[in-house]
Amino acid sequence: MQPIEKEYSDIPGTTVFDADQSRKGYGINMFCMSLLKDVNRKAFKADEAGYLKAFNLTPEQTDAVLKREWNRMLELGGNIYFTAKLGATDGLSFQQMAAKMTGSTQQEYADMMLAGGRSPNGARTKSEWKK
Amino acid sequence: MARIVAGVATSHVPAIGAALDNGKTQEPYWQRVFAGYEESKKWIAEVKPDVCIVVFNDHATAFSVDIVPTFALGCAAEFAPADEGWGPRPVPTVHGHPELAAHIAQSVILDEFDLTIVNNMEVDHGLTVPLSLMFGQPEEWPCKIIPLAVNVVLFPPPTGKRCFDLGAAIRRAVDSYPEDLKVVIFGTGGMSHQISGPRAGLINSDFDKAFLDGMSHDPQKIIKLKHVEYMREAGAEGIEMVMWLVMRGALDEHVHERYRFYTVPASNTAVGHLILENEGLAAAAE
Repeated sequence: MQPIEKEYSDIPGTTVFDADQSRKGYGINMFCMSLLKDVNRKAFKADEAGYLKAFNLTPEQTDAVLKREWNRMLELGGNIYFTAKLGATDGLSFQQMAAKMTGSTQQEYADMMLAGGRSPNGARTKSEWKK
Repeated sequence: MARIVAGVATSHVPAIGAALDNGKTQEPYWQRVFAGYEESKKWIAEVKPDVCIVVFNDHATAFSVDIVPTFALGCAAEFAPADEGWGPRPVPTVHGHPELAAHIAQSVILDEFDLTIVNNMEVDHGLTVPLSLMFGQPEEWPCKIIPLAVNVVLFPPPTGKRCFDLGAAIRRAVDSYPEDLKVVIFGTGGMSHQISGPRAGLINSDFDKAFLDGMSHDPQKIIKLKHVEYMREAGAEGIEMVMWLVMRGALDEHVHERYRFYTVPASNTAVGHLILENEGLAAAAE
């Protein structure tokens, strides 16, 4: 049997949350899911590393969460709608998180959006993205 | 007999809900967005649907990664607004129509669409923001709501064609329901946006406008779009637009485009909105 061809792996700056990623990131995403409850948000804020122990994250995943490395969390199996709950716990909006993931300041990112957003030109394939 | 009279397509950007809930609608940034829905609010107040079927996606609120249903129909009597991490939105509880929902579930499953039945579900911004845009801020929502959640979070979502065909099956189900009910169907999400990773902020207005045209005039063309095209052209999260095709499949082959609105941005997202009327309603209005 041939492995499934992932055409979308050529889209630059994008980690597609497929079944493989969802298996890898189960712990991160279920940890984030727990933050939907206010009591858990408070418990996490009080002792982040201790709270994470219940979710069986890999050391790399734990490190990415504690350091708020948003892109790395996605690469390690997190999904944006889940990690957004960690963002919310930190008081971040989706737009503030997006700014961080693109390496821009919030103002730069908001200005880019007001000017019509990021153009798809130059952002369709990995080869053109590098230029 | 129940009948679907029209379809509404709209983005469901969470920041739109936050702007409403925090009284920011008069700020110029948000005024630009809300002004685009003034006509629509008047329109739906005139149409007075008894039931709205709202096709939306759950954003890791009711469904985690434990269970990910592709299509999940809300058959409960009510659905509470969820706490998505910022506290629940201060909007009314959503009241369902369990009898019609059960009829749709039975009808489409026997029509070979294997959907999941949900009897307990909180609803997030994906469902409540479109209600706020169309109905404003009432004490109670003015009609019954049947939520249909579509997985667009875990790849792959259902194909555009599958969504369209499910819409057609929902149409057949509604048509065969004996009670005299006026039904409007919403397709929500989109338009172009990417909120994840270094490519976040992507907007493709050309793609969006072609998609709006396709919804109105040539749905057979846009149901052929592949997932990778949505993601490459309209951003990773732009794939939400497949949900609009459920709505389109539930309408007549030829529809009357009653209203169109498009603006960039709302937070990270291009906002698109359409009202499409079936011929019966368009004729009644003339």
